[in-house]
Amino acid sequence: MTQNFDIPEIRTPENLVYKKTSVLTDNVLHYCPGCGHGTTHRLIAEVIEEMGIQSEVIGVAPVGCSVMAYNYFDIDMQEAAHGRAPALATAIKRVFPEKFVFTYQGDGDLAAIGTGETIHACNRGENITIIFINNAIYGMTGGQMAPTTLPDMPTSTCPYGRDVKIMGNPLKITELLAMLPGTYYVTRQAVHSPALVRRAKKAIRMAFENQKLDRGVSFIEIVSNCNSGWKLTPVQAIKWLEENMLPFYPLGDLKVNGELVKKSE
Amino acid sequence: MKELRLMKGNEAFAEAAIRAGADAYFGYPITPQSEVMEYLMAEKPYERTGMIVLQSESELGAINMVYGAAACGKRALTSSSSPGISLMQEGISYIAGSELPCLIMNVVRGGPGLGTIQPSQSDYFQATKGGGHGDYRLIVLAPSSVQEMFDFVSLGFELAFKYRNPVMMLSDGVIGQMMEKVELSEQQGRLTNQQIDELYPWATTGKKPGKERRIITSLELDPGRQEKHNLKLQEKYRKIETTEVRYETLHCDDAEYLLVAFGSSARICQKAMDLGRSKGIKIGLMRPITLYPFPYSIIEQLSKQVKGILVVELNAGQMIEDVRLGSHDRIKVEHYGRFGGMIPSPVDVLYAMEKQIIGG
Amino acid sequence: MAKVQGDVVIDIEQCKGCELCNVACPLNVLAISAEVNSKGYHYAIKVNGNCNGCSNCAVVCPDGVITVYRAKV
Ligand SMILES: Cc1ncc(C[n+]2csc(CCOP(=O)(O)OP(=O)(O)O)c2C)c(N)n1
Ligand code: SF4
Ligand code: SF4
Ligand code: SF4
Ligand SMILES: [Mg+2]
Repeated sequence: MTQNFDIPEIRTPENLVYKKTSVLTDNVLHYCPGCGHGTTHRLIAEVIEEMGIQSEVIGVAPVGCSVMAYNYFDIDMQEAAHGRAPALATAIKRVFPEKFVFTYQGDGDLAAIGTGETIHACNRGENITIIFINNAIYGMTGGQMAPTTLPDMPTSTCPYGRDVKIMGNPLKITELLAMLPGTYYVTRQAVHSPALVRRAKKAIRMAFENQKLDRGVSFIEIVSNCNSGWKLTPVQAIKWLEENMLPFYPLGDLKVNGELVKKSE
Repeated sequence: MKELRLMKGNEAFAEAAIRAGADAYFGYPITPQSEVMEYLMAEKPYERTGMIVLQSESELGAINMVYGAAACGKRALTSSSSPGISLMQEGISYIAGSELPCLIMNVVRGGPGLGTIQPSQSDYFQATKGGGHGDYRLIVLAPSSVQEMFDFVSLGFELAFKYRNPVMMLSDGVIGQMMEKVELSEQQGRLTNQQIDELYPWATTGKKPGKERRIITSLELDPGRQEKHNLKLQEKYRKIETTEVRYETLHCDDAEYLLVAFGSSARICQKAMDLGRSKGIKIGLMRPITLYPFPYSIIEQLSKQVKGILVVELNAGQMIEDVRLGSHDRIKVEHYGRFGGMIPSPVDVLYAMEKQIIGG
Repeated sequence: MAKVQGDVVIDIEQCKGCELCNVACPLNVLAISAEVNSKGYHYAIKVNGNCNGCSNCAVVCPDGVITVYRAKV
């Protein structure tokens, strides 16, 4: 028997400091242990709860591991074809300009098959929020090369590593989107440590608040992990992410209030 | 007072969309239907009724925008021509799978591939037998006049919402481009968001406190539930087949020979029939108005009366398969068609009837 | 100065044993059990009473299975 360290006497409503948000359903997430999809879902749901917009928000799920995101968010949602979420969101926002509309998309969905929809929704300046989970791999289909797979990184379709000469270069789509006049807020975040999670949540909050301003797309990349695809334990994966993903995909704001953020060298 | 106007088919379609109280049009230019969006943009329907018009980055974008708006319970439509409709097939399959109502116009041009910008009816199979992946059906309406390009818009929306099913208008470059007098119906109001909430309990309009959330999806991984979903779709299609068949017959009462044609071909056949009758040949014409559901039973009935059927299409022989099914091979059924943008004259059709059916 | 006492409640049936909470805890309160839950996952457990209720574990938990309390004692 393990020793019991419970302190039941302090478990009172006044002392409650953290509890799963009611904007998430009770369904058990189907994601692998330690997957950043779950953390990001929770942050979005917390923001929706804190803004009190549960009845005003319509989400669009992608094709990818998060294809069934609608099982977890207790909000109205639509499931898009692979890559087409920004087209759905464009229409939803235009027919319901007063609602909050967001897409949730992986790197294959957003930066490969859906590049056209993504760039044009951003370029038109649709007044929506796009949450982009970059795990540098196709998680759902079993770990194939993604547009964001790092140079030399092995995947099931580049088992000897991504040879950029043959397979092309990783696409930094977030940098590209920041250049478009239709994006208002573009930022790159991560969710694998407490400080980063808290910062990412602020960014997500800002991205939803921005919809009240009608100034264009708020775009949040989350540099995330795919433990199954990377063939690492969750703890190894976050270390690998820090050492390999973050130098290539540096965290921070790229565009705020419609202005590109100047990087001080 | 009747409101009459001389209009192109494509323009009549666009005006009809505004007057039917449509909420949103999404499209991408392609000949021979570009007048639809040009007319809409010039008319500023966002000022007339609040209707949204948006030129998308591609037909893929357009059809997925239709998906998004339709899933919100809005009256959404798009139009294109054959190559663009091919690009839309992914979205159409998702719309059918998610059971969303919408209107899709195909002003058909000749194919395959980039083909030609000239009129054709070669997308009959694509429209009526599938197009995209999976077991699904579109309700397919075939206008044969500019008036029907107008009238079928509100009929299309009515059927789409009645069955939560995509409706396609299968027109062609002849009907889209020609000008005729049209009687315009009165402006219908767009539904308010509150009306949408009351009428369409499936629409994603934002989760109401204390109510179940609404999810629009075509995904169901559990085989048992996916089969059930498919069976439900099939049940809907059977209902459509028994209740929504529409067709027109001309001079069929005493006909010894039958022409079967839809859309622009039916107009040519009508002239051919008149020509034949003036020569004493008793020709009748059956024009399917719904291509799906196909009017099999009238074909069956007429196949017991006439000596032979000539199916006239601007393609290499597509609808003829349905006519043969309806006739149960009781009598001779032959096809006459021109394609690649070539249009037969009534004389050509009558000659084919005499040679392939009467003489043969 | 009042001491802060925290406590966490872990829904062990929903825990997937990823250990991210464990890594995030500044006071080494958490570890992974030797036993498994009904889904076969080793789950997060408390191994001391040092919790200060900082919530780090809960905010990094992908499955949202940790509830945190904090009291001044
Ligand atoms: C048209 C089409 N092509 C391919 C697929 C197969 N497919 C499903 S998910 C996916 C990749 C998803 O990767 P990503 O968007 O990075 O999401 P992740 O699973 O990594 O979160 C692919 C290729 C599909 N469903 N539809
Ligand atoms: S396969 Fe990768 S992205 Fe998908 S749930 Fe597992 S860890 Fe997450
Ligand atoms: S982070 Fe959550 S799921 Fe992972 S071990 Fe801790 S409690 Fe369990
Ligand atoms: S609340 Fe803080 S101190 Fe307590 S277990 Fe969690 S991370 Fe550790
Ligand atoms: Mg991915």
